[in-house]
Amino acid sequence: MRKILEVSNLSKIYGKGCPRCIESTGPEADTNMCPHCGSVVAIHDVSFDLHEGEILGLMGESGSGKSTVVKNLYFDQTPTSGEARFFEEDTTHEMFNLNAAQQRRLRNQRFGMVYQNPHLGLNFGISSGGNIAERLLMNDVSHYGEIRERAKELLSRTEVLLSRMDESPAAFSGGMQQRVQIAKALATNPPLLYLDEVTTGLDLSVQARILDLILEIQQERNTAMIVVTHDLGVIRLLTGRALVMKYGRVIESGLTDQILEDPQHAYTQRLVASAL
Amino acid sequence: MSAGYNFGFLDEHAKKEVRRAILKAISIPGYQVPYSSREMPMGRGFGTGGLQLTLSLIGANDTLKVIDQGSDDSVNAVNLRQFIEMTCPGIDTTTHLSEATLIQSRHRIPETPLKPEQVLVLQVPYPDPLVVVEPSEDKRKIMHGEADYARLLVKLYEDIVKFDEITISHRYPTRINDHYVIDPSPIPRWDVPKLDNSPALVLFGAGREKKIYAVPPHTKGEPLAFEDVPFRVESFNDAQGKRRACARCGATDSFLDEFMNEDGSKRYQCSDSDYCDETLQASKMTEAATYA
Amino acid sequence: MGYVAIKGGGQAIQGAEEVLEALRTAEGEHGTPLTMQAIENQLRLLTSRIVSEGGLYHPQLAALAIKQSQGDTLEAAFALRAYRSTKPRLLETSAQDTGSMRLIRRISSAFKDIPGGQMLGPTYDYALRLMRLDLANESAETFRAVAREFLAETPEPNLPDTFPKVVEALRAEGLLPPVENHTETPFDITREPLIFPVPRSAALATMARAETGSILALAYSNMRGYGDVHPTVAELRVGYLPVMLPHPITGEPVEVGEVLMTECEVVAMYEDDDSKGAPTFTLGYGACFGHNEVKAIAMAILDRALQKGMRDGPSNPSEDPEFVLLHIDGVDSMGFASHYKMPHYVTFQSDMDRLRTTQKKHESVKQQDVNEGVQ
Repeated sequence: MRKILEVSNLSKIYGKGCPRCIESTGPEADTNMCPHCGSVVAIHDVSFDLHEGEILGLMGESGSGKSTVVKNLYFDQTPTSGEARFFEEDTTHEMFNLNAAQQRRLRNQRFGMVYQNPHLGLNFGISSGGNIAERLLMNDVSHYGEIRERAKELLSRTEVLLSRMDESPAAFSGGMQQRVQIAKALATNPPLLYLDEVTTGLDLSVQARILDLILEIQQERNTAMIVVTHDLGVIRLLTGRALVMKYGRVIESGLTDQILEDPQHAYTQRLVASAL
Repeated sequence: MSAGYNFGFLDEHAKKEVRRAILKAISIPGYQVPYSSREMPMGRGFGTGGLQLTLSLIGANDTLKVIDQGSDDSVNAVNLRQFIEMTCPGIDTTTHLSEATLIQSRHRIPETPLKPEQVLVLQVPYPDPLVVVEPSEDKRKIMHGEADYARLLVKLYEDIVKFDEITISHRYPTRINDHYVIDPSPIPRWDVPKLDNSPALVLFGAGREKKIYAVPPHTKGEPLAFEDVPFRVESFNDAQGKRRACARCGATDSFLDEFMNEDGSKRYQCSDSDYCDETLQASKMTEAATYA
Repeated sequence: MGYVAIKGGGQAIQGAEEVLEALRTAEGEHGTPLTMQAIENQLRLLTSRIVSEGGLYHPQLAALAIKQSQGDTLEAAFALRAYRSTKPRLLETSAQDTGSMRLIRRISSAFKDIPGGQMLGPTYDYALRLMRLDLANESAETFRAVAREFLAETPEPNLPDTFPKVVEALRAEGLLPPVENHTETPFDITREPLIFPVPRSAALATMARAETGSILALAYSNMRGYGDVHPTVAELRVGYLPVMLPHPITGEPVEVGEVLMTECEVVAMYEDDDSKGAPTFTLGYGACFGHNEVKAIAMAILDRALQKGMRDGPSNPSEDPEFVLLHIDGVDSMGFASHYKMPHYVTFQSDMDRLRTTQKKHESVKQQDVNEGVQ
C-alpha cells in the first residue's frame, strides 16, 4: 500500500509558550495548561503515517488534542512546529511549507473535511446542491449541467433525497446535514478525508447508517480517512489502526483490535473498561 | 476668504498620487488599487472617483465628453462638466464621441467603438464584486489574490437553480486578463462585451471606496458564466421576437431606454444620445442622397 | 475657454440653485441675514460639530458653511471638508500635550474629588429640558444684559492655567500601564487610504472627524450589550489647547494659536494579560475639535472596543475596525445615500429585462403544468 501522509512531531501551543511548557504538561502532569505561563499545549510531538485506503482513528476525551491534529492537517490552524508530508503519485508536498494558494489547492481538491458542527462545513445561505457546486467550482468545473449531474450523483450516493437538493441544509435533520457534508467532501473524489466527530449528537440508528455509508465509501473509492472521535464504538467499527491521546500527547498506538483487546496504558484500560 | 483653486481643482501632490495609482492599475489589470480619495465638492456617489481620475489626467489640450446614463445632458453630467470647465480653464468639451480625447461616463460605455487614443473613465459606486459573498475587505483581498471566485460562481449557480436564469442585470462580474474579477461599474450587460479587447484604456474610479482599477487596451475581459449557460446581454425584441428600433433615429443595434407614453403605450429610444444624433444625421444624408 | 457643450440639464441645475437661495431669504423685506458671528457664538455647539466633522478647525468658515447649507450639518461639514482638501499642507505640529489645555470644564466620574477639583463648567447635563419661552421673544437689550451681569457678578477666579490629568494619577499608582513611547509617524487619513488592518492612530483619526450621530450609534450598541467595555469616565475635559509649532529660525516650539477641543479618557476593566507583568485597567481615548462631549465619549468607548477587536478579532460590530471605521464618516454616508436620487434608468432597464425574462419562463412552466393537468 502506498503511503499518502506522514506526520512528524506535530505540536500546537496556544499562548506565548515558555521553556517549561512541555515538561509541565501532558498525562503525567495531568493538565495541558502550563502552570508557569498559562499557555495551552494542545498537541505535542504527534507522529504517524497513513496509507491509501486506510482508516486511522484518533481517540481521546475532549481536550486531548485529537481535533487539533486534524485542524492543523486541514490548514484550519497553523502548527507551532512539526512537519507533514502529503504524497501524490508524482509529487510530495511539505504541507506546512506551502504558500496559501498551494494549501488552498490541497484543501479544496485533495482533502475533504466533515465537521461535527455542520455550520462549519456547509454554507446554510445556499442550497445543498450549491454547497457541492461550490467545491466543484473551486476546481474549475464550469459546465452548469455537469455540476448539476455531479451534485445529484453525490447526493444520491449519500442518500439525500434529490427532491430536496435545492433547499438550504438549514431545513434538514442533523443526519441529513452530515450526509450533505460528506457529499460535499467527496465532490472532488479526494484521496484523504478528515472526519471530526461526525456522528456525535445523532440518534443511534442515524449514527449506524452514517457509519455504514462511510465504510462503503472507503471500500468503493479506497479513500484514506482520519477519524476523530471519543466514541469507542466508532473506533471499533471504522478504524484499522488508532492513536489514543491524552492532554495533547499520544499515549498509545497500534492496531485497533489490539488496543481494544489488550490496552497497555492505564488510561486506555480505564477507557476500554468504561465502555464495556 | 478667497477660493483660488489649482488647475484641475486638486493640488499637484494629489494628482500625482492618482496618476501613480493609475499606472499601478494598468500594470495589474483588474486589481483594485487603494488610493487616498480626496473630498470633492460634490457628493460621494456622484462620480467623485471618476472625477478625480479625469482631473488628474486632463490637460489644457484635451477635449472632454461627460455622459450620464448615455446622455450628455443629464443633470449629473452637466454638473460634472461645468465643474471641470470651471476648474480646468482652456479645455474643450464636446458631446461628439469622435472629438473627445477623454470621456467620463456613468453607467454606459458609448455605442461607437472607442479609438486607441481615447481614454474612458467610468464612475464606480461598488468596486468589489466579491462584496455580495464576503463583507470583510481583508478577506476579499486574499480571495482576489488567489483568484478565488468559487463563491461568486455559486451565486450564479443558485440563480439558475431558482430562476432558470442568471439574474444579475448590471454590474456584471467580469474576469480581466484571466485573473482578477472586477465590478465593471453599473453598466448594463449590453456594454460588458465592449471591455473585451478594447482598443482604448478604460479606467474605473471609486471615490467613496477609495479604489482605482483599469482594463488596459487589448486586454481580455470575460463575463463570468457557465459553458452551457452563456452570458447574455439585454434583449430588445418585441413579443414577436422582432428587434425594436429607436423611435427617433431608427437604430436597431443600440441599448434602448423605455419611455411610458401618456396612453400607456411604450416608446423606445437610444440611451446613447450622441449615437442617436449621429445615426439620425447619417440617415438624413442618405435620404438626401437618394432624392438628389 | 474653448467650445462648451451645454443643453437643457444645466438650466434645471441653475433653477434649483435659485430656488434654494429664494428659500434661504424667504423672510423677504423684513428679513435680517444671519451674521457669521451670531452663528459661531450663538450656535457654538453646532459650529463645534462642523469643525470636528469637517476635519478643519476654522470656526468662521464653519459658520459660513452652516449659513450656506441652511443648517444641514452633513452638508456644512462636507463643504468645509471639500475646502480643506484643496489646501496645501504647510507645516505639521508635533504631538501636543492636552495637559496644557486651558480648561472651561473638566469632570471625572471615577473619583469624588480629583487633583485640581471637578469643574462643571458650561453643560446641559443637569439642565431641566423645559421650553424656555422667555427666549422666544428675547430683546437685544435683555440679550446683552445677560453677559454683562454674568461678568460683573462673577469674581475673578483664582484658577491655575492648567490642570493635572486624572489618568496620570492612575498611572502613578500602577492602575494603568505606563505610556508607551511611540516613535512611528501617526497614520495620515487625508493622505493614505485605509487598508485593513490599520494601526490605532488611523482609527483615532477617522473617529475624530466622524459624524456625531453615526459614531454615537455604534458606541451605543456596545454600551447596550453588543460589546462589554463598561467604561468609567476617568476624565472629560473641554478647553483650549495651545497649538505649538517649531519657530522657523530657532526651531523652538512657539504657541501660534489655540483650538477648542473636547477630550475624554475612559477606563475599562482589566483583561487577561498574555504578555507581561501585572494586570492593569485599560484605556479608551477620544478627542475632537470643538465642544462635543457625546462624540468624545463615544469615540473613547469605540477606541477601547477596537483595540480589543484588533487584538483578538471582533466579537461584535463595535469591535470590528472595518465595520466601525467605514461607516462613521458623514461625507461618505450622506453622499452615498444621496446618490440614489440620481437617474438610474439604464440599470433599471437592465433590471426589468431580467425580471421580464424570468417572469416569461415562470409563465411558460406554469402553462406547461396546466397543459399536463388537462391531459
